[in-house]
Amino acid sequence: MKKEKKGLLASEGIRSVIASLICILGGLVVGFVVLVLLAAFNENISFSEAFTGILTVLGGPFSAGSPHDVLFQFGNMLFQATPLIMTGLSVALAFKTGLFNIGAPGQYLMGAMGALIVSLSIPTTVVPAVVVWILALLAGILLGVLWGAIPGFFKAKFNVNEVIVCIMTNWIAANVVSWVFSALDKASNGFFINHAETKVNFIRKTATNGVATWSFGLNELFGGSYLDIGILIASLIAVALYIVMNKTTFGYELRACGFNKNASKYAGMNEKRNIILSMAIAGGLAACGAALWCLNGAQDFKWETYLTLPADGFNGIPAALLASNNPIGVIFAAIFLKYLGAGGSNLAAYTSFNEYVSPLIIAVIIYFAGASKLIKDLLGKRSRKDFVKIPDKPIVTPPEDPPAEPEPEEGPPADEPAEKTEGGEEK
Amino acid sequence: MIFVLQKTLIFTIPLLIVALAGMFAERSGIINIALDGIMIFGAFAGALTAFFLRKNPVFVDHNQLTFVIAMLVAAVAGALFSLLLSFSAIKLKADQTIGGTALNMLAPAIALFFIKVFFNKDQLEMAPAVNSAGNVKDFGYSLKNDGLNPVFQVFFDKAYISTFIAIGLFILLSIFIYKTKTGLRLRSCGEHPQAAASVGIEVNRMRYLGTTISGALAGFGGYAYIATVANGNATGAVAGMGFLALAIMIFGNWKPLGIAFGALFFGFLKCLSVSADKISFLKSLNLPKYFYNLIPYVAVLLVLAFASKRSRAPKAEGIPYDKGMR
Repeated sequence: MKKEKKGLLASEGIRSVIASLICILGGLVVGFVVLVLLAAFNENISFSEAFTGILTVLGGPFSAGSPHDVLFQFGNMLFQATPLIMTGLSVALAFKTGLFNIGAPGQYLMGAMGALIVSLSIPTTVVPAVVVWILALLAGILLGVLWGAIPGFFKAKFNVNEVIVCIMTNWIAANVVSWVFSALDKASNGFFINHAETKVNFIRKTATNGVATWSFGLNELFGGSYLDIGILIASLIAVALYIVMNKTTFGYELRACGFNKNASKYAGMNEKRNIILSMAIAGGLAACGAALWCLNGAQDFKWETYLTLPADGFNGIPAALLASNNPIGVIFAAIFLKYLGAGGSNLAAYTSFNEYVSPLIIAVIIYFAGASKLIKDLLGKRSRKDFVKIPDKPIVTPPEDPPAEPEPEEGPPADEPAEKTEGGEEK
Repeated sequence: MIFVLQKTLIFTIPLLIVALAGMFAERSGIINIALDGIMIFGAFAGALTAFFLRKNPVFVDHNQLTFVIAMLVAAVAGALFSLLLSFSAIKLKADQTIGGTALNMLAPAIALFFIKVFFNKDQLEMAPAVNSAGNVKDFGYSLKNDGLNPVFQVFFDKAYISTFIAIGLFILLSIFIYKTKTGLRLRSCGEHPQAAASVGIEVNRMRYLGTTISGALAGFGGYAYIATVANGNATGAVAGMGFLALAIMIFGNWKPLGIAFGALFFGFLKCLSVSADKISFLKSLNLPKYFYNLIPYVAVLLVLAFASKRSRAPKAEGIPYDKGMR
């Protein structure tokens, strides 16, 4: 038993998981404290409501009430996790190369634009819907790749901090997308924007052109939710990315670049090319997430987006951090974040709190995740203390008499020191 | 023309003061990417204060006093909020970019959560208030006289009190960081903290100081932004002004004069984007508003690309201080 525990803590992967769990716990505790404080200062809210509140958040889609609603929310949670998995992968890949891709929202918007324009403008009466779907996905990814390459290019060529460039490209993308859609809509006499319904803020749904991701009955299975095979595609991409990053020379080069730029340059790698490539792929991943979301067929994309950026882009950062940048971990982290999100909407529906508790908890989790290296180090220290017995005395002592020394000092019986060492080991 | 200059000044002030905030943190060695979040938090605290003060009969008739008090509260709130960043960066030795990102997400979450709980709305309007005579009054300008000659009119007509305070603070703090002992010490911690420590400077204390000043300034800037530019609505967002300020700081090469120049430049571009339809020459070009919105961000990119050669960031920024590293 004891040995197993030591082995667990000694492994880097397990330490990351435990560190993430500690971060999550910290976030939940802070969220709970906020609810309790609110209950303490507001007469209309009782303490018991604070308890039900945190339980509702924790319950995620399961706190929906009727079994049908639970299934429905669960399906939607999985569907909404699809773009988040992709933006999480995008951020994680950039992190592995030592870059902070806070530009995922912009890349996401460009991907949505590419996918929507292609999927709506090619009539499915001429070209089969499958082909249009694939073309649309590729168009989205291509735009994302180009958009992601910009910060990479600025970083590699001009050594400008990628964070600033990413943020600028986000706002540029938001304006470009609004501009392109308003111009296209004018040019095509109102073809792109959903004028049919009373709300004109949204682009026509791709299903109106017969383009929709296959669901193979998944949506029916989950109470008529939006779930389609997009989540499977995203998961497959995550697995593929894991293999590329860990089992190929290219992935090794990217990671080496992240570990030490100068050393990888010295080893003959083209670090500038790697930076641009890494950001371009990251852009493609984020854009692919947007394309998968839009191509669902039943989603409303808000086209006049020049004042807001998509939250899923930013939430890729928590997803990646929670997963310690492990692509497989990103799948679970993304689903977990959406799980909390579903809990937040239930909270708004059933208690006097509101849905903003979820982003609050997520933000606190990130705050702790920033210090996750410290947590991991502390865990590591613990395991090392257990694993290799660190001698109390300096190592300089002559190696001849270690077993003989303690006995005379301890004095009376000979059994005690043996027991003591056991006790020491257990600690 | 005067209208454009006045608007430019209004946009410049928050950018100027928040870019200076970024400078204080980074000169002490801490990357403050959380400027945007601190602005949001300060704006929220200030708006809340103004909202409640206006319920009080004493303050209803004293708009400028309310304005200043709310501004101070915003600065204090910003300073307190920034402690979260300095704590994670100094005590926990966390990645400062991630800590800052967390704050950027935390601020809107907190602001929106409380606004929704207390007011059941998605935004908090602080501007309209009914004075004792029964008139609806805006915060309004502290000075209003259009009989002046054009040069003075830019500064002393339709001016907010925050404009003068911001300019005064900017000058004082520029002197502080360049001409005082503490300022020199603070700067040395951003360049080579180990060397600073070797002559007896407490690096961590200096970094706390730098970040706290930064937080106070950013909170003030956030309040100045919503009170003057955003019509007094705290919405849990400041339209990316914090990030723009960060870019201006880099553009200004981490120096006050450069920052002042950059803030004016981008204030002008921002002003163009909102008032393009009021300037007859631009209106005749008939370009969509998206184009003018794009310009400041594209300009930042171009300027950064050209400025990168002479750009010189504080050497030790972003690196947790480790006594053992020499």
